[in-house]
Amino acid sequence: MAFLDISHLEKSFGLLRVVKDFSLGIDKGEFISLLGPSGCGKTTVLRMVAGFESPDQGAITVDGANIVGLKPNQRKIGMVFQAYALFPNLTVAQNVAFGLSIAGVGRAEAAERVAEMLALIGLPDKGPSYPFQLSGGQQQRVALARALAVRPKVLLLDEPLSALDAKIRVSLRTEIREIQQRLGITTIFVTHDQEEALSISDRIVVMNGGIAEQVGAPFEIYNRPNTRFVANFVGTLNTLAGVVVDPAAGMVEAGGRQFALGRALDGARGAALTLALRPEAVHLGRAPGREVVLPATITDVHFLGSVIRLRAEAAGASLSLDTFNRADTPPPAVGATAEVSFSAADVIVLGD
Amino acid sequence: MANSSPARRRLPLTWLGVVPFFVFVGLFLLLPTLYIVVGAFRTPGGEFTFDNIIALNTPSILSAYWVSIKISFWSALLGCLIGFAMAAAITVGKGPRWMRDPLLTFSGVASNFAGVPLAFAFIATIGPAGIITLYLRTEFGINLRLMGFNLLSTLGLVITYLFFQIPLMILIITPALDGLKREWREAAAILGATNAQYWRKVAFPILFPSILGTMALLFANAFGAVATAIALTGPSLNIAPILLYAQIRGDVLGSPNLGYALAFGMIVITGVANTAYIVLRARSERWLK
Amino acid sequence: MTRLWSYGALAIGILYFLLPLYGMSEFSLRMIRGEYSLQAYYVVLGDARFQATFGYSVLMALVTIVFGVLLVVPTAFWVRLKLPGLRPYIEFITLLPLVIPSIVIVFGYIRLYNTSSWLPLTGTAMGTNILLMFGYATLALPYMYRAVDTGLRTIDVATLTEAAQSLGAGWSVILARIILPNVLGAVLSGAFLTFAIVIGEFTMAALLDRPAFGPYMQLLGANRAYEPAALAVIAFAITWACMGLIQLVTRFSKHNRVAR
Repeated sequence: MAFLDISHLEKSFGLLRVVKDFSLGIDKGEFISLLGPSGCGKTTVLRMVAGFESPDQGAITVDGANIVGLKPNQRKIGMVFQAYALFPNLTVAQNVAFGLSIAGVGRAEAAERVAEMLALIGLPDKGPSYPFQLSGGQQQRVALARALAVRPKVLLLDEPLSALDAKIRVSLRTEIREIQQRLGITTIFVTHDQEEALSISDRIVVMNGGIAEQVGAPFEIYNRPNTRFVANFVGTLNTLAGVVVDPAAGMVEAGGRQFALGRALDGARGAALTLALRPEAVHLGRAPGREVVLPATITDVHFLGSVIRLRAEAAGASLSLDTFNRADTPPPAVGATAEVSFSAADVIVLGD
Repeated sequence: MANSSPARRRLPLTWLGVVPFFVFVGLFLLLPTLYIVVGAFRTPGGEFTFDNIIALNTPSILSAYWVSIKISFWSALLGCLIGFAMAAAITVGKGPRWMRDPLLTFSGVASNFAGVPLAFAFIATIGPAGIITLYLRTEFGINLRLMGFNLLSTLGLVITYLFFQIPLMILIITPALDGLKREWREAAAILGATNAQYWRKVAFPILFPSILGTMALLFANAFGAVATAIALTGPSLNIAPILLYAQIRGDVLGSPNLGYALAFGMIVITGVANTAYIVLRARSERWLK
Repeated sequence: MTRLWSYGALAIGILYFLLPLYGMSEFSLRMIRGEYSLQAYYVVLGDARFQATFGYSVLMALVTIVFGVLLVVPTAFWVRLKLPGLRPYIEFITLLPLVIPSIVIVFGYIRLYNTSSWLPLTGTAMGTNILLMFGYATLALPYMYRAVDTGLRTIDVATLTEAAQSLGAGWSVILARIILPNVLGAVLSGAFLTFAIVIGEFTMAALLDRPAFGPYMQLLGANRAYEPAALAVIAFAITWACMGLIQLVTRFSKHNRVAR
């Protein structure tokens, strides 16, 4: 059994089933992200682990012990909230020491632990400050220190970065990941930001409508999405309508071309299917290893600096594709005709 | 903006815009008050003196202040406690949520339902011939008067004042209670605190300046109330505002300047209470920014 | 436990509030022995002095509101636009009427503007009326200024003014056609509150000896039994109406809506 084991969790609010048969095992020291749009049930799962909501059915065990019956204050779990939930009447040091004083930790030991925590988050001098004197990023780091000071078994992060500026968001997420790895603490991170989830997680759970659609490492989620929802929610996607020509050989037809995907397909001959391609898998012009070539018309050009994002009409679909900027090659003009190419191995076949 | 050089040349004209306001408050707020304050430190001949302030030290005047302070204090304290309990019930407590809007609307009305009609309402209810008084006497044989209750007394005034004190507390403290974030309660819980520990270490310290400040405001509010007291008790009750009312009407103290000193004393007391309110409010707002 | 004290506190509080309201209503209907009747209301409403004093107070309230709006709106606008550094001081001054008891202010009026002074306002009835109106405007100042200033905060005064100026509008046009309509909800809230305060005000009117509704009520209370209860019901209804109107205008002016 995993260190933190969630099995067959169910939760309804009134008639609305927000979490449906949710199961997940998390190993000790693992960093798991629950990723999904708002209302997908990810926060509800987190709040059930924390004890703020009680599941209608299912079990949550930490280290083999079921915690479902326990109140939040008995669970030994740390949590960082979306809005800075620091106590405004206490200083930074008092905030960090809050859980320690509740637990009856001695004054000297508590002071030592507070200093250690403040050093860990890189704010060793801010102990006497009040929360209102800190920036949002600093407040969130203090909230992290407060959660970690009591040495919880599990750390829960409820969209801790969403209230921050874009720049701080990126630097703080790196910092959170570093601290998490250094302490080796089992962590669940809830976010609706796919880039955030991809960049810091060991594994990602993509959730939709209360169901875990796919669980896997970031690389796997991005490159081998199981469902149409996962493919669409994580990253940008081009879709092509296709028809199965030979299921056993993996032959399909799209845009008037036939090509082999190199793997067997489920559908019968003549069945319609949807093929998908990441923008970076589509290439402008021909290139070795990209055996499928389609004629295209450029419809849109966005110069983004290092990357140029193009839109092209090809095979009756509008494709988005990325090329790297090169100083000696100006981007194509809108309306120009061109060829686009891709490798059949990069094609994702979308299920439903 | 106002410091750039063309603006500086226009500055005298800019000031013209607020002249009507300052003339008005000067003539009808500041000057009259100043006149009283200065008068409190002058002899009838116009020389500076502390005699008027010292002359306040008579049993009758001191008792008037003392009774006023007692009434204001108790109505403020009870208003705070009851108002807080009611506001807490509809915000952070487990009271019925649908009562929130009606209660706040009613509080807006009741906090402005002061003065003469309020006294009438209480006379009709628990006065000597009031509905409740008669009901208790005929149905249960309870005679409030024999039990020592008299509406025309300090206790009666406190009970009556509560009718605008409680709503005022509800109106001021409800936003403060709304300002208690759910995350604070949850963060305290996940850190191991019980509900009682959360209230003792987090919620109450956060609310404390607001509660104390509002209490100071309620105190000043009751201290300056004249109409309810006069309509309730006539000139019989010896409290500071009624004494001052009688003094303005007929110079019962026998010295105009002593009257100024009496009024000055009232300003000092309400001024202290209001300063406390402003200071404490600023403190709580700083936290809750 | 929490539920118990929540309901307990509400029950006690509501009982406390309802009893006097019930008491005055019941009492006001008992003028004719042995039956319920509206006799007390007929007597009160038919009283010539009621009509005269009530009319006087309504008129005073309206004049006070007009004066207050003309004083407060331009001032608050100008301070926001040109003299933001002055705001804390103005705010402090406008709060003073809450600090200084009204009896003290009117005491000052009587001494400062008596017949032998440099501005003998109390010498004539009209002069005293004007003085009383200024007194009411002073009492209403905290509420009026707060309401208007809050209303102005929700609109971008500087940009609106510059936009109007660039289209050729003068100050009076800006105030009357740009600023006032935008803070109308706030102004109306302040106006209804002023109305509720002025209509039953006792201390100032009594000490300045004006035939207003407040002193009339007090006089009636000292001499009659059932009519005061009827007056209390009427006064409560007026207060309720004013507060109801405030809620209504707040609901209709969107930028004053407070998110909850």
